[in-house]
Amino acid sequence: MALLASTKTNRPTAETLWIGIGIVVAYGVVPLAGSDYLLDAVLTPFLVLALAAVGLNVLTGYAGQVSLGSAAFLAVGAYAAYNLHLRVPGLPLLVDVVLAGGIAAAIGIVFGLPSLRLRGFYLAVSTLAAQFFVQWALTKFGWFSNDNPSGVIDAPVLRIGSVSFATAAERYVFSLTIVVVLTLLTLRLLRSQSGRNFIAVRDHEIAAKVIGVPLLRTKLLAFGISSFLIGVAGVLWAFAYLRTVEPAGFNLDRSFQILFIIIIGGLASLRGSFIGAAFIVVFPLLLSRIGAAVLGRVFDSGVLEMSQHIVIGALIIVFLIAEPRGLIALWDRAWSALRPARRPAIPT
Amino acid sequence: MNMFRRLKVTMGAALAVGLAGTLAVHADEQFFPLQSYRVGPYAAGGTGFFGGFIDYLNLINIRDGGVNGVKLTWDEGETQYEVERGVEVYERLKSHPGIAAWNPLSVGIAYAMIDRITKDRVPLITINHGRTDSTDGRVFPYVFPLLLNPYSETSGIVNYIASREGGPDKLKGKKIVVLYHGSPYGKETIPIYKLLSDKYGFSLEQIEVPHPGNEQQSQWLSIRRAKPDYVVLRGWGVMNPVALKTAQKVGFPADHIIGNVWSNSEEDVIPAGDAAKGYIAITTQASGAEYPVLQEVIKTVYGANKGNLDDKKRIGSVYHNLGIVNGILNVEAIRIAQAKFGKRTLTGDEVRWGFEHLQLDPARVEALGAKGLFHSINVTWDNHEGDGRVTFQQWDGSKWKVVSDWIAPDWAFLRPIIEKSSAAYAKEHGIRIRTSGDDPVSQ
Repeated sequence: MALLASTKTNRPTAETLWIGIGIVVAYGVVPLAGSDYLLDAVLTPFLVLALAAVGLNVLTGYAGQVSLGSAAFLAVGAYAAYNLHLRVPGLPLLVDVVLAGGIAAAIGIVFGLPSLRLRGFYLAVSTLAAQFFVQWALTKFGWFSNDNPSGVIDAPVLRIGSVSFATAAERYVFSLTIVVVLTLLTLRLLRSQSGRNFIAVRDHEIAAKVIGVPLLRTKLLAFGISSFLIGVAGVLWAFAYLRTVEPAGFNLDRSFQILFIIIIGGLASLRGSFIGAAFIVVFPLLLSRIGAAVLGRVFDSGVLEMSQHIVIGALIIVFLIAEPRGLIALWDRAWSALRPARRPAIPT
Repeated sequence: MNMFRRLKVTMGAALAVGLAGTLAVHADEQFFPLQSYRVGPYAAGGTGFFGGFIDYLNLINIRDGGVNGVKLTWDEGETQYEVERGVEVYERLKSHPGIAAWNPLSVGIAYAMIDRITKDRVPLITINHGRTDSTDGRVFPYVFPLLLNPYSETSGIVNYIASREGGPDKLKGKKIVVLYHGSPYGKETIPIYKLLSDKYGFSLEQIEVPHPGNEQQSQWLSIRRAKPDYVVLRGWGVMNPVALKTAQKVGFPADHIIGNVWSNSEEDVIPAGDAAKGYIAITTQASGAEYPVLQEVIKTVYGANKGNLDDKKRIGSVYHNLGIVNGILNVEAIRIAQAKFGKRTLTGDEVRWGFEHLQLDPARVEALGAKGLFHSINVTWDNHEGDGRVTFQQWDGSKWKVVSDWIAPDWAFLRPIIEKSSAAYAKEHGIRIRTSGDDPVSQ
C-alpha cells in the first residue's frame, strides 16, 4: 500500500510554505536574536542529533534494518574528518566533511553486510559489533588521535575559504546549512525509486524480492546513506559543537539516544527525527532548569538529576503506550484536526 | 486581550526581578560555576570533591565573611562526567558575572573547555589531572593543572619505588608492571614509563585492562608469570578493587602494588575488603580529618548545618580532602590577586594573574591550617603545575596512613618533554608563545 501511495509526488503547497518560513526564521531570526547559550548549547546539538536521527531513520524507519551502531559511525565521521584535515594539507573543509561522510558510509556498508542474512534483533546485535569495534580501534591505535597521549583531539576552527565560523551564531549557521541541505537531499532520495525500494524491503522482504527489488543493493544503499548522514553529523558534533573529541563520547549510550529520538519522534518520518531530537535535547534541560529554579534550594543537583531521569523515563513509557507512532503522529493529528483537507499521503 | 496584557505585566515584573537579581550579584561577589557530578558511575569522586570544595568556600564565607569582604558564590550543574553536559553547563553559566575559575574535575570536559575559556579569558583549574602539556603557561595561559600532572605522578611513583629499594641506582635490573585502564586516561603515561625505564634501567611491562575492568584474571596470570618486583595500578573506578582482589587470588603481595592518584581513595579499597590491606597509593593530599582546617570545617560549617556531604563519615576522605585543597588554592589565588588589583570582584584575567603568583610555602600552608594536608605550591607564569609534592599512603584495613616523606618528582627531566608537546600544540593552533608573565592577549 505504502508503495502505491508513495508514487504520488505532488505535495501540498502549504507544507512547502511552512518549510520556507521555518528556514527564514532559522537563518534570519535565530542567529540574531538567540543568545550564545541557546545557539551553542541547545540548537547546535539539536541540529546535529537531528541529522544523525535522519540518518538512522533512513536505515531503521524506512528500510527496516535495526541498528545499534549509530555512535560508531558518528565517531568514524569525527575522527575521519580530523585525520583528513590533519594529514591532507589544504583540503577544503566541505570536501573534508563529504569525504569523512564517505568513509563512514564505507564502514557502514561493511557492517551492513550481515543484514543480508540477519534480521531484527540478530541484526541489532551485529551492528553492536560496529559500536564496540570502532570505539576499541580508536582507543587502541594512537594514530587516529595523532598520538595525543590522552587520546582526546581538538577540532580545528571551521573555515571555508577566507570565511571562518568562530562565533556561536556562525557555527550554528554552518551546522544549519549542512543539516538543511542533507535533509532535503534525503527527502528527494526517499521520494525516488530507491526510497520506495527501502519501504518495500521494510514492509515485506520476500514480496519486494518477488517484484524485482534488488535486496543486496537496496540494503547496502540504506546502510551507506545512513552511515554517510551519521558520519557527517559526527563531524558537526566534533567540529561545530564540542570542538573536541574523545572515543568515550561515542559510547553505546549515544547509539541508544539516537534510537530513542527516532522512536519517540516517529519512525519513517524526517520531521519526526527533528521533533524527537528537540524532545531529547531540550526537554531534559528544561526539566533540570525548572527543577533547579523551583527546588534548587531544597535538594542538591544530584537528587534533581535523579528525579529528572524518573520523570523522563515515565513520560516516555506513558507516551509510547498512548502514541506508539511517535510525536509526529500526534502532530499530524492535531494538524489534520485544524485543517482536515490537507493531509500528506505518506508522512516524510 | 485582557489575558495578553496580564501576561505582559507578569513578564515585565519577572524581568524586573531578574534584572534586580543580576545587579545585586555585581556587588562584590566572586562566582564559582561548578560542573559537578553527583550521579552516574563516578559519583563517589564527584560528591567528595565538590563537597569538599563547597565546604571550604562555605568556611571562608561563614568564618571570614568572604575573601576580604568579597563573598564567594557558586552554582552547580550536573554533568554526570559527560562532555556534552559539561559543555552545556559551561554555556549556561559562563555569562554569570564575576566568574573566578572553572573546576570541572574531568579530563574530557577540560579538553572541551580549553578553547572556550581561552577566548573568554577565565582560568581553568584541573587539579591533579588534565592535559600534561598545559603545565606550560607560555602556551596555555589560562589552564592550570595544579599540584600534579600525569607525568609528574609517574616520576613520583618511580622515585618512591627507588627510595624503597635504597636509591635510584638500585632500580637497575628490577621489574615493574604497569596495569593501566584501557582508556585515554590510562594510556597517557605509557611513553613516560618507557622513558623512565630506559633512564633507570628497570625492565618494564605495561598491561592493559579493558574498560571497565571487572574481569582481570588473565592480566594477573601474566603478572604472576612475569614475577615483577612492583605492580603500578593505574586504575579508575571498579577496576581498582577488582585488581586488589585478583592480586590476592594469584598471591601477589598488596604492599608491592602502588596505586596512582585515581586509585587512591577509600572508595577504591573498601570494596576490596582485606585484600586491600597493605596496599600503597600516591597522593598529593593526605587523608584524615585531624588537620586544623578540617577541624574548622567540621566546627563552623557542619556545626551550622551547612555541610555538603550527606555522610559525615566521608569528611577527611581522599576526595573530600582534595576538594578542600582545591578550595584553598582557588581562594588563595583570589586573595593574592586582590592584593594587587583591589578588594573587589575580580575579572577572569585578574584571577589568572593570582594563579600565576600562587606561591604557598610550607609556612603559609601551616598558617592556613593545612600543614601535613598538602606540602606547598609554587606556580609561576610559565609553570602552571606549581611543583606539587607527593606522598604515599598505606591502607591498614580501616584508614590510610602516610608512609613516606613529601617526594619531589623529577621536574627537570620532564620539562623538555612537556615543552616539546606544548610547542607542537602552539604550532598546530597558531598560538604565539608568551615570553613573560604579562597579559597574554596584549603581547
